[in-house]
Amino acid sequence: MALPKAKTDATEARLASLRLPEGAAWASAAREAALGRVRAMGLPERRDEYWKFTRPDTLVQAEVPKAATFEADEAPMYEGIDRLQIVFVDGKFDAEASDDLSLEGVSIERLSDAAEKDIHWAKEVYGVLEERGQTPVDRPLAALNTAMAEDGLLIHVTGKASKPLNLIYHHKSETSDAILHHVVKLDEGAELTVLENGPAAARFNQVIEVDVADGAGFHHVRTQGRDHERRAATHIFARMGKESTFKTFTLTVNGVLTRNECVVEMLGDDAAAHIAGACVGDGDFVHDDTVFVTHDAVNCESRQVFKKVLRNGAKGVFQGKILVKPGAQKTDGYQISQSLLLDDDSEFDAKPELEIYADDVACSHGSTSGAIDEEGLFYLRARGVPREIATDLLTLAFLAEAVQEIEDETLREELVGRLDAWLQRRRG
Amino acid sequence: MLEIKNLHVGLEDEDKQILKGVDLKVGAGEVHAIMGPNGSGKSTLSYVLSGRDGYDVTEGSATLLGEELLDMDPEERAAAGLFLAFQYPVEIPGVGNMTFMRTALNAQRKARGEEEMSAADFLKLVREKAKTLKIDADMLKRPVNVGFSGGEKKRNEVLQMAVLEPKMCILDETDSGLDVDAMKLVSDGVNALRDQGRSFLVITHYQRLLNHIKPDVVHIMSNGRIIKTGGPELALEVEENGYADMRGEVA
Repeated sequence: MALPKAKTDATEARLASLRLPEGAAWASAAREAALGRVRAMGLPERRDEYWKFTRPDTLVQAEVPKAATFEADEAPMYEGIDRLQIVFVDGKFDAEASDDLSLEGVSIERLSDAAEKDIHWAKEVYGVLEERGQTPVDRPLAALNTAMAEDGLLIHVTGKASKPLNLIYHHKSETSDAILHHVVKLDEGAELTVLENGPAAARFNQVIEVDVADGAGFHHVRTQGRDHERRAATHIFARMGKESTFKTFTLTVNGVLTRNECVVEMLGDDAAAHIAGACVGDGDFVHDDTVFVTHDAVNCESRQVFKKVLRNGAKGVFQGKILVKPGAQKTDGYQISQSLLLDDDSEFDAKPELEIYADDVACSHGSTSGAIDEEGLFYLRARGVPREIATDLLTLAFLAEAVQEIEDETLREELVGRLDAWLQRRRG
Repeated sequence: MLEIKNLHVGLEDEDKQILKGVDLKVGAGEVHAIMGPNGSGKSTLSYVLSGRDGYDVTEGSATLLGEELLDMDPEERAAAGLFLAFQYPVEIPGVGNMTFMRTALNAQRKARGEEEMSAADFLKLVREKAKTLKIDADMLKRPVNVGFSGGEKKRNEVLQMAVLEPKMCILDETDSGLDVDAMKLVSDGVNALRDQGRSFLVITHYQRLLNHIKPDVVHIMSNGRIIKTGGPELALEVEENGYADMRGEVA
């Protein structure tokens, strides 16, 4: 079916502002196929059902909306953790600021280098998981990413990584338009933790494809912090084998627009996927978590836990789906999205969905939206805690429940500490 | 210490007067008890004094050490030395008991222009106070009142009282939901805090709590007023004859 002209025009306008990178045959084939997908789907516009609550205009338009750079005046994250640091500035790999890309049990290459090689393992993953994730819902910004990304990392994990990878994204140009594509392939039984932090760019389009083989484990903790004007559309596509684990957590504070999509396909039995996030929005802020989990194997467990604190007109969106395919018996699916609205101006839109084609499953979902607990607030104040501090304590407590989804205690404490500091700072 | 004059209070949302001219004076170091039937306005009095929303003071005043309480925010009242032990202590998921108490103590100190207490000093202080109330490390670590039994919640109230060292303590039906042993533990905790400078207002339905926390003065409240004031013997009289007689007397 032909796309409406306006959509085609908008899509072509965006494509005209970009250039298909050159590379070896496998990379070019993947990119051209992705470009074909973009043209067939068209880039998102506000009338699209999947973008009902979040306006995609500024993510799509050819010209990057300016975003003033933000000097974070705080200690770097994850300081207390022995980690391999890899730095990107406005979406470009910064070799000087990065550690050597060598880590026991892991091979790390830049996409731009790998794409020159005639034969590369990434052929089996790059754009492949993204394409799988296009059914049954279109994710054109991800296809655009596959087609146009020049930089990113191809990470092959063959054993248990000796330490986490820390990807650090600096935003230094007011008009940077970054497209970054990472691929992570975990062999059988391999394990890796990826920590991401930083705003990345004025506008950031990111795709991470994660191929988790049987018995492998992938842990991901991301913070999108304090940069007020940046925009981001991110996608994670995960394909999971038997008895594998995939866990991702995102903490977002500020940013005018954030859309984080996570698409998980559980193809092997007895796997576990946890997708969680917390955000704090104040004022000009739209935060959208869009999650799609497909159960296509027996006895898999999936959890989606999202918490949002919104004030001064901030908007939160959650679209979460659990699809249980025929035969995916003993599925245990859980989904909760909750918002804490600190005033009457803020908004939370939730669209929880379950679609189940197996008869022996346990799936539950819930969504709540509420104001601060007045009883708790009074109790704290009656003990001498001023209203603002009491509100922050209750806010932190609300968010901490989502942070609990992170397995590692050090990481949990780091994130709660960060949140606490951010809340305190806002209080002045 | 605490002086309440001609206090009239109604509900904000509906046209209903609850306190209809309460007069009460608690001297420094004194323990007063307020007894009265359900709906007499006892709990309302405690909430109005501590600054809970939803009440409308139409007349009168309440001063603590000469300062008007009714003009202050709840946190200011606490910093001024007022403490309400809740009838139903609130559960606050996600906020650790220790964090809560330390935040409260330091907020009060800051408001009074005092230096904040260090984490180490605070830990020492709490451990010492917790021990006498038989509050274990686990209760200190857990979120405020979450999963606490009725007795544990009340002990936790007394622990906060011991840590915050208020000048004027109001105990709102602290005996409700307590078994005999717990009542003794809580009462011992309260008695340990009695001294020349600290006053108590103990609100209760029953005389039994007053066997443990011996009051200097007993007031009987009914229909929004103090209808009778006397010594500890007044509590025994209530236990024998109920409130009906007294209301009859006054009428």
